[in-house]
Amino acid sequence: MTRLSRRVLTLAACVAVGLAYTGPAAAADKELLIGDQCDRTGATQIVGTVLCPAEQDYYRLVNSKGGIDGWMVKGDEIDNGYKVPEGIEAYERQKQMGVLLMTLYGTPQTVALNQRLEQDHIPTTSPGFGISAAADGARFPYLFPVAATYWSQAAAAVKFAKDQLDGDLKGKKIAYIYYDNPAGKEAMPIIEALQKTEGFDMRSFAVPPPGVELGAQIIDITQRYHPDFIIAHLFGRSPSVMIKGLKGAGFPLKKVVGLVWASAEADIMAAGGWAVAEGYHTIQFAGAGDDYSVRAEIKAMYKKDGKDPPKEMDDTVIYNRGLLQAAIQVEALTNALKISGGQKPTTEQVKAGMEQIHDFTLGGLVPPLKVTATDHEGGGWVRIFQAHDGKFVPETDWIQAYRDVVENAVKTAE
Amino acid sequence: MFHRESGVFKTSYAADMALYPLPIARWTVAAFAGLFILIVPLICGDYPISILNLILIAIVGALGLNILVGYTGQISIGTGAFMSVGAYTAANLVTRLGAPFWLALPAGGLMAALVGAIVGIPSLRIRGIYLAIATLAAQLIIEWTINHVQWISGGVQASVMIPRPSVFGIRLVSERQFYFFLLFFVVLALVATLNLVRSRVGRAFIAIRDQDIAAEIIGIDIFRYKLYAFAISSFFAGVTGVLESYYLGIANYEQFQIDVSIDYLAMVIIGGLGSVLGSVLGAIFVTLLPIATRLFLESFGGLFFSNANLLNVIPNLRLVIFGGLIIFFLVVEPDGLNRLWRNIRNYFRVWPFSY
Repeated sequence: MTRLSRRVLTLAACVAVGLAYTGPAAAADKELLIGDQCDRTGATQIVGTVLCPAEQDYYRLVNSKGGIDGWMVKGDEIDNGYKVPEGIEAYERQKQMGVLLMTLYGTPQTVALNQRLEQDHIPTTSPGFGISAAADGARFPYLFPVAATYWSQAAAAVKFAKDQLDGDLKGKKIAYIYYDNPAGKEAMPIIEALQKTEGFDMRSFAVPPPGVELGAQIIDITQRYHPDFIIAHLFGRSPSVMIKGLKGAGFPLKKVVGLVWASAEADIMAAGGWAVAEGYHTIQFAGAGDDYSVRAEIKAMYKKDGKDPPKEMDDTVIYNRGLLQAAIQVEALTNALKISGGQKPTTEQVKAGMEQIHDFTLGGLVPPLKVTATDHEGGGWVRIFQAHDGKFVPETDWIQAYRDVVENAVKTAE
Repeated sequence: MFHRESGVFKTSYAADMALYPLPIARWTVAAFAGLFILIVPLICGDYPISILNLILIAIVGALGLNILVGYTGQISIGTGAFMSVGAYTAANLVTRLGAPFWLALPAGGLMAALVGAIVGIPSLRIRGIYLAIATLAAQLIIEWTINHVQWISGGVQASVMIPRPSVFGIRLVSERQFYFFLLFFVVLALVATLNLVRSRVGRAFIAIRDQDIAAEIIGIDIFRYKLYAFAISSFFAGVTGVLESYYLGIANYEQFQIDVSIDYLAMVIIGGLGSVLGSVLGAIFVTLLPIATRLFLESFGGLFFSNANLLNVIPNLRLVIFGGLIIFFLVVEPDGLNRLWRNIRNYFRVWPFSY
């Protein structure tokens, strides 16, 4: 046999294996299938590697307690690597598998898939990214940001700054430092609108991707602008660089608040540990820290299997966000099962179930959401935590801020 | 064995100029046309067709890049940016002026061609890896411009929603309808490229690639033809961007960042520089391989890993296998998949009576 014919044979064998493969298994009886897009590889894997295991842990916890009225929850996870074509392929695959609801990962992917969601009537959550205007359930019927959008976060940040600066922002200076991409700029319209009513001075400082060099911005902020407060909307590595830089410049970190993606334990660690970041404020849409019953239950579940709790649990901010995502999905399915009377719900019923979520707090981990057919954000609740003594300590209760401004922005959005 | 190449007599100039002079080649093309126009849409569900759609979009872009990199020998890492130029041009025409697709599509291509030609100007003085860096700069400049000029990007979000196109009054909504829409343009791009590379312009490209000084001496205006190559290649990229935006229903520059340019460069290198079939094979390979490796791992990974580990292993191992297979194929055949296919074909041409 020549080399070439051996090569041809190998190729033929490959094709045969491909043909023998019958495709992903269809949903079993008494099983509710959820489609999760994930990011364990790619640009923002620092989040995905913690968030995705948390979702799987929560499904396992629900199933270990007998599922939802006997229905088992299965989360099909596909890694999209933060790429759009991969996201499309994952979506089509999960649609074919017959998922009842989805969670997307990544702003470009959410934006790209929005039209398909409406066409295929699949309710989808996008906590922490995507389009802020999607809070409007009438215009984006199948997209549920659920967690506070960047607009709500920005409003809360301004309110927090106001409270910290003795309740008056008139004549005060606020620096807005942001990652220079669409998501980073998204919060700006809200701050600009509030600037007019509250009478403060605002200057924005762009951080170009990949955001590992902030020297110029730090000097600009601390040496020339001298702000009274800093609102930071950064992603990836840049939050840690900023914390380190501000600390080095002698700026008091208790006058800094970071929006949700600038606020995880990993950022604190990368900045040089809790001692460096002492005082730094973070905005959270899921409770941070370890003091929640659901986390204790998951640890107990692992213990029963004779295993240690996974190391992902140490990154409480991101892990708890994964729990929030999964818990909201499960809650929507629970409501949907009530609507369908114990039958397997349709995607429309899951959408209705999603729109009934209220008073569901999971022991304080989830904010007091009230999702309705028109408000898919659930009120835009956030809670502000402070880095203190080696952990995040709650600084406020769950708060909403300037709802009229945010709602107006949602209404008038293009 | 399967066919004879002897006994094919050409009696007219038209026959001599035919794209496929051999009967077997014509039959193969007809068979493939039948397969993709009739059989595939009939037997495939939405999911396989959606993958095919992604491949079809990639083929147009890979063909365009191959004209520049493979046929003219000018390296470009700016495909993603040219795609975004096309996408935003079409998006603005559609949303502001309500332009139909048959106007928006060529307009997007032409605008990309114009920008591409401008980016190509440095190619007269710099070549090779230096030119690659110049196009990389173009990629970043265009990204930055779209991100910051809201007149183009339509707001802070830098995304413009595009309604699905209507063809003869039918709005394309399903995957299958889009499949035919995309297939039409892929066939158009294939025929155009096949003919381009054997035309006067195409031969000038090849002459520049092989030895630009010699090409100049035999009377080829290098500057002009290099710009042609950039413009034509960018036109294809622009059309790809428009097609992708129509397919997704949105133009968003984050879909056309530098990793996209690298992906397309990978397609033409893996497929085979300077070959039309290679572009197609490369587009299929790069789009399909990640999907195939994941399906493979999901089916057989359970034999080696526990279920909890599997979720973590699949995405990471997928990247390893993807990279490994690229290296494997390039080591086995440095000239790309196209050459691999030609070796197989040449083997069977005389089989079983070689020597």
